[in-house]
Amino acid sequence: MSSILSIKNLRKAYDDGFEALKSVDLEIEPGEILALLGPNGAGKTTLISTICGITTPTSGSVHVGGHDIITEFRAARNLIGLVPQEINLEPFETVMNSVRFSRGLFGKPRNDALIEEILKKLSLWDKRTSKIMELSGGMKRRVLIAKALSHEPQVLFLDEPTAGVDVELRKDMWDIVAELKAQGVTIILTTHYIEEAEAIADRIGVIRRGEILLVEGKDALMARMGQKQLEVQLSAPLDAVPEALSPFDLRLGADGAALIYSYDSTQERTGITGLLNAVAEAGLVVSDVQTRQSSLEEIFVGLVAEDAA
Amino acid sequence: MNWTAIGAIYRFEMARFFRTLLQSFLSPVLSTSLYFVVFGSAIGSRIQEVDGIEYGAFIVPGLIMLSVMTQGISNASFGIYFPKFIGTIYELLSAPINFLEIVLGYVGAAASKALFIGVVILGTAALFVDLPVAHPLAMVLFLVLTCLSFSLLGFIIGIWARSFEQLQLVPLLVVTPLVFLGGAFYSISMLPPIWQKITLFNPVVYLISGFRWSFFGEADVPVLISLLAIGGFTMACMGVIWWIFKTGWRIRS
Repeated sequence: MSSILSIKNLRKAYDDGFEALKSVDLEIEPGEILALLGPNGAGKTTLISTICGITTPTSGSVHVGGHDIITEFRAARNLIGLVPQEINLEPFETVMNSVRFSRGLFGKPRNDALIEEILKKLSLWDKRTSKIMELSGGMKRRVLIAKALSHEPQVLFLDEPTAGVDVELRKDMWDIVAELKAQGVTIILTTHYIEEAEAIADRIGVIRRGEILLVEGKDALMARMGQKQLEVQLSAPLDAVPEALSPFDLRLGADGAALIYSYDSTQERTGITGLLNAVAEAGLVVSDVQTRQSSLEEIFVGLVAEDAA
Repeated sequence: MNWTAIGAIYRFEMARFFRTLLQSFLSPVLSTSLYFVVFGSAIGSRIQEVDGIEYGAFIVPGLIMLSVMTQGISNASFGIYFPKFIGTIYELLSAPINFLEIVLGYVGAAASKALFIGVVILGTAALFVDLPVAHPLAMVLFLVLTCLSFSLLGFIIGIWARSFEQLQLVPLLVVTPLVFLGGAFYSISMLPPIWQKITLFNPVVYLISGFRWSFFGEADVPVLISLLAIGGFTMACMGVIWWIFKTGWRIRS
């Protein structure tokens, strides 16, 4: 299948010499959800701004749905919806007019039925005649999403969509993203919240200092990078890990009442049998055993730290 | 050409105007009335006639020009500066529209508002003085071209400005003095010879003179030169805007 978004050797350098993007290559398949993870200043917003036409690239090319973003900007931008990171809205306008304006800007004929549907989905219908300035922060963010969806985009960019929003809105947002995916919309989101990427993304891209460090399927990434942990809970707490268990490189957890063992589940020999035998031989009484997969957050922190080293 | 988008920008900008329609309507009516009271009655009682025209009527074209120019500039500069200031410019930059369409939307709306105010002042003035219009078509042409060209200038100022103070700078420090010194309230022939020469460097002289000619058939400078001046000014503004959009100056990083 051909990519809906194809980025080749994209570079962005500012006049002061700062290189916000260094030769970025990225292919995104239609209908997938890609989460771009990266620390502040990594280039996430610059990448999105460049694709959407807000920032001019220094070199390289971007195609959206096969259309070059410079030479065929109308066709390319017609496919794109953008929810910016900052809450940028005309304060004196009503919700309805603001959303209608966005649709008009994209050259689409007025369609009040569609706008009604979008506003209802985003719980904004009751606020349609309210001025934007009267809305809460979370509501304003919903308006930004409504504006981006008003012209029925095929590719939706969500730049930190859940930064500073409450749990309810975050949950709603995830539902909307799932629904859009079901409709075949491709979604690229940037986030600080790794659990967000973990919850909704198909693939994860990690960007740091203007470079994409990796792009990989979420499950594959977690399987490849994911360390598993075995927690052996003891009926009586220990002061220190017994000498006999030192080859297993254990940590004490739960105030000494648990032994924590890290292992790689993809290896043939995980060492679990040996550990459990050694625990029994050491005369420890086991009350419970559980395993845990390391989260994307731990993987991410590990990756960025590894790269910095 | 994306006419739907141009219409969307135009309607959005006009909505701002209609939200404050009463102020938009009342303020020119009030200021025009004040000018008539101060200039027309107080000074007019001493001057009586200029070039054979009753002084109260003589100042009307200048008054209309003053308002139309400042309104065109302030509406267009605010119209494009405000999205830059609050950040909604991202929507314009990421929409499938080109810069010509953005200009048509913003400048069209700003010029429409200026034209509306010009017509309101004309109507108010007609209540105070007897106002013949010798060349109606030329009058409309001068009025529309002035609304348009000064809205284009305002658009440039709005793109250039980095603060609200800068937004006010050009209208206050350049346009208002040029209009007051451009023969809005007097005929150039009333000036000492040396000032008659110097004043010809003021571009506004040509606009006011041409516009006044369309009312009374009397002009300080030849009408053709006035037309060329306003036409040239419009073209110059368009040229600057074309360059701004080609380079993305102060809009696109």
